[in-house]
Amino acid sequence: MSRSRRRNLKLEPPPAWRARAMLGLFGVFAVMLGARAFELQVLDQEFLNEEGAKRHLRTMEVPAVRGAIRDRRGAPLALSAPTESVWAVPAALLDDPGRLSALAAELDYSTTELRDRLENYRERQFLYLQRQLSPAHAQRVMAVGAPGVFLQREYRRYYPGGETTAQLVGLTDIDGRGQEGIELSLNDQLDGEPGSRRVIKDRVGRVVEDLAEFTPPDPGGDVRLTVDLRLQALAYRELKAAVLEHQASAGVAVMADPETGEILAMVSFPSFNPNSRESIPTGTLRHRAVTDTFEPGSTFKPLMVSRALDAGAFTRDSVIDTEGGRFRVGRLTVRDFRDYGDVDLRRLLTKSSNVGAAKVGLKLGPERLWQVYNDYGFGSISGIRFPGERYGVLRNFARWDDVTTATAAYGYGVSVTALQLIRAYSALADDGRLRDLRLTLADKDDWQAEPRQVISADAAAKVRDLLGEVVSAEGTAGRAAVPGYRVVGKTGTVRKVEGAGYDAASHQSLFVGMAPADDPALVTLVMVDEPGGGDYYGGLVAAPAFSNIMREALRILRVPPDNPATLTADAVAKPESKS
Amino acid sequence: MTGRRAVMLTVLSGVALVSAVAVIEAKHQSRVLQSELQVLRVERDRLRTEWSQLQLEESAWANPDRVARMAREQLNMQVPRHFELLEGQP
Repeated sequence: MSRSRRRNLKLEPPPAWRARAMLGLFGVFAVMLGARAFELQVLDQEFLNEEGAKRHLRTMEVPAVRGAIRDRRGAPLALSAPTESVWAVPAALLDDPGRLSALAAELDYSTTELRDRLENYRERQFLYLQRQLSPAHAQRVMAVGAPGVFLQREYRRYYPGGETTAQLVGLTDIDGRGQEGIELSLNDQLDGEPGSRRVIKDRVGRVVEDLAEFTPPDPGGDVRLTVDLRLQALAYRELKAAVLEHQASAGVAVMADPETGEILAMVSFPSFNPNSRESIPTGTLRHRAVTDTFEPGSTFKPLMVSRALDAGAFTRDSVIDTEGGRFRVGRLTVRDFRDYGDVDLRRLLTKSSNVGAAKVGLKLGPERLWQVYNDYGFGSISGIRFPGERYGVLRNFARWDDVTTATAAYGYGVSVTALQLIRAYSALADDGRLRDLRLTLADKDDWQAEPRQVISADAAAKVRDLLGEVVSAEGTAGRAAVPGYRVVGKTGTVRKVEGAGYDAASHQSLFVGMAPADDPALVTLVMVDEPGGGDYYGGLVAAPAFSNIMREALRILRVPPDNPATLTADAVAKPESKS
Repeated sequence: MTGRRAVMLTVLSGVALVSAVAVIEAKHQSRVLQSELQVLRVERDRLRTEWSQLQLEESAWANPDRVARMAREQLNMQVPRHFELLEGQP
């Protein structure tokens, strides 16, 4: 290097022609570049645009799996499974029609049908031939080897619980977003985050190069419900049987664990098949336990009695004169089924005396009576956060007169949901502690309130004891009996409100009960709407369904019998019953 | 002086050569692993598909109504009605 520097120093200036030659060369280059640019930009523009369109850099979305919904034991209630959709570039397929008939056969088209469809959409670059095929079927389609035919991954939502869990689990729309039920209320948790891939695609949409940029999809989270599919199926079967037997219009059954507030089964009839969304009959989509309110009727009497005992206004031995079954309060005459004479609280509940209840209610007074119902959670939602849940109606006592107070004592003039009623009875079952109901099996949900002592444990136990004869030959619900267990509960038969007044022909039959009586493991509610077969008393319509559900549920959950003497079928009395 | 330069040159050329080979090797490794990853992704995909299908199949077989029907009709089972309680049993 040092040597060359020395030589450079000796160099002569270059001859002038060299500079001119270089300049000339540059000039030629400049002209050539200009000409080429002109050619590309102006002359060949169309051709190049076309060529460019043939290859594009694309970001492909990689779909994410939506989380599953499972029951408390892990059985799937909603599950996304991958399917393949077959799509084609019509022009590419028509240009080379050799395998068209083989393809048509695999896709359940006739050959002419397929050709017509392709011709109709010849200009398109993308045409679905068949959506959501099973992966095996899709592989057979691809094995035909037809040109311009591709697969696209799509997820399909399956509901293995079918109609038994239809309203509870809900539905998603075509893009996999929650529309109803749990699918809607927990959509954020279930929904995944789609990933992406950078690829270069050719004219017919084939991926020619997969660039290494890949963001994996983030699958959605699973949800565990407190519901037990076995109990859910059982409750649905028995509810359906009861509704059909009594030619009723609809029904609801709910089962809860009183010690945790967990809902074990929650069914609504009529239902629909969530796996074929094309045919969903109107009125089947809503979950009636959540969205429908009704007057609780006689099922309110034990709640009122529990407070009457707790407040010391009445004792077990208090005697109430039922006025021969007719009792005037202002413009209202309270009527009993027949004259029960002088009754104590046990007999009041066993016979479901309206006069007796009205008298207890009037003695408590509007404010304390309202306070009972308010404390038991009526007028406030149940805590499960289900779409469309209703609050019911419990008007403030400031506007209650004697008539309102008397009717409220036997459960009229108030409207409640099945969830509210089962929550209140769960408090009776769990020594007076009112809990928010729960539908998801997570650690404690942050919106759940602490359990509240509504009445003393002593009063709750006394009421359960007083209800002991309701489910007997003496009471209104002998048919609610379950062999081997002491069942306590209360019937309700309510006339439905139609416009301004009550409809004499249209009823709702209710039974809410629990077993075993001393330390209830299960609380169950059955409501049958508008029974039309002649029977409408809660003891005849709802109680038998309750009994069937409870007998199986107690066996499935292995709850030890507390009344073994009645364990043989013959020992169970099947008495005449009425509301 | 020149001797030391020559040695340096040789050593650096050697290092450059080794590094070049290493780059080739790493590139090759990366391709192999990439394609392995691709294969595994496809495999995972296949297994996921199979898993969800098996779950669906299981829940179809285990449908409570179906189990009850088979127990009744094929196995002649019935819900127990008569019991005997053994004292002291859990």
